[in-house]
Amino acid sequence: MNKLPITEADLHAWVDAALPLVRRGEVEDYLAAQPDEAGRVHAYLAQKEAIRSVFNPVLDEPLPESLRALAAPPPTASAEPPRRPWLPRWSLQRVAAGFVIALVSGLAGWMAHDRYPAAESLARTSPLSLPRQAAVAHAVFSPDVRRPVEVSAEHEDQLVAWLSKRLGTPVRPPKLGALGFDLIGGRLLPGNVGPVAQFMYQDATGQRLTLYVSTENTANRDTAFRFAQEGQVNVFYWIDGKFGYALSAGIDKDKLALVATAVYDQIDHK
Amino acid sequence: MEGSAILAEIPRLRRYARAMLGDRAAADDLVQDTLERAWSRLQQWRPGSDLRAWLFGIMHNLRVDQLRRPRLPTHSIDEDDFEVPTRATQTDDLELRDIETALNHLPDEQREILLLLALEEMSYAEIASTLGIPVGTVMSRLSRGRERLRLIMNGQQPGARLKAVR
Repeated sequence: MNKLPITEADLHAWVDAALPLVRRGEVEDYLAAQPDEAGRVHAYLAQKEAIRSVFNPVLDEPLPESLRALAAPPPTASAEPPRRPWLPRWSLQRVAAGFVIALVSGLAGWMAHDRYPAAESLARTSPLSLPRQAAVAHAVFSPDVRRPVEVSAEHEDQLVAWLSKRLGTPVRPPKLGALGFDLIGGRLLPGNVGPVAQFMYQDATGQRLTLYVSTENTANRDTAFRFAQEGQVNVFYWIDGKFGYALSAGIDKDKLALVATAVYDQIDHK
Repeated sequence: MEGSAILAEIPRLRRYARAMLGDRAAADDLVQDTLERAWSRLQQWRPGSDLRAWLFGIMHNLRVDQLRRPRLPTHSIDEDDFEVPTRATQTDDLELRDIETALNHLPDEQREILLLLALEEMSYAEIASTLGIPVGTVMSRLSRGRERLRLIMNGQQPGARLKAVR
């Protein structure tokens, strides 16, 4: 199969979830083989997420009165004569405007759906994408010495509150200390259609392990443990309700299975 | 035009303006100017077209006009270092404010594209139409902006000590 070479524009479109499914897969294959490029692209993703984290709170700030007042036409800006005679027409305009807004919103929703059909069907039909995504995320972030996580374990409460809020459902890192793995922290990552969480652990030798938690499973089909190998990274993954879990590490399969069992035991099954 | 439709867009206009200008008061002034201009040019809005894109386009043009006004011919990017990040005391944001400082080091034309993508989740085509530039230009500015931001976040500060001639 002939593939077009991956361009810089493809990499950005991957970051912005603007690629069709097939091309998306090709870019991911390319990134899996090019760790430097993968690191660069994931830095771009992290930028996007950081921009949102910093500025989204502005949306919740109360509006200053000076701006709220401008939701209606300012008297000076109204070129029209007194509006009273126009009242019936104005009302009609309102109805029409409301209709237009509904239409535009509906259309936007429909277009957005059209823009992401690949991602949705991927999440719905192919749990295989889960270990692949988890392994890439593991490979990118676990070797990072300076900033392996966005929020460290010493702020675990904040980490849990933040990730739960962003995923829209409570998520909590399991305790794996009995197996020698201590939580370092976690981060938010983009999944196929929304945010996913990654928790990172480390043992006394510096061996790192990541738990990738997605809430994008819409198939409602639980699965047993499955095992995948992505390059150097071994992955155990399973689907539990809307959650997909993937545990990744460069440790052998038997040891990883033990950890996976411990993780599974600590999760609320609904 | 329905006032409530405009009202619904104000928080997003504020968020973008804050991210673009850094300063709260200046950002709200820009939003205010945008709304006033929007009302005065309401007849230019095509009913059924995207109200948000129209408002963002107005804001962009106002910003460009502001920058074109007579001012000192050069502007040292280092001056931005003196704009103390407004959320410096908020410890739970940890290193997030790094990104604010880093964004200030990007040229406007790159920063606005990164912000429209991250905050407004516009498509490349929507950004091109809002800013009145070709999609190819969007892509090249995006590419340069992201890479520059990455280097700054890595502590490499590309060109941060240079003077930008506007």
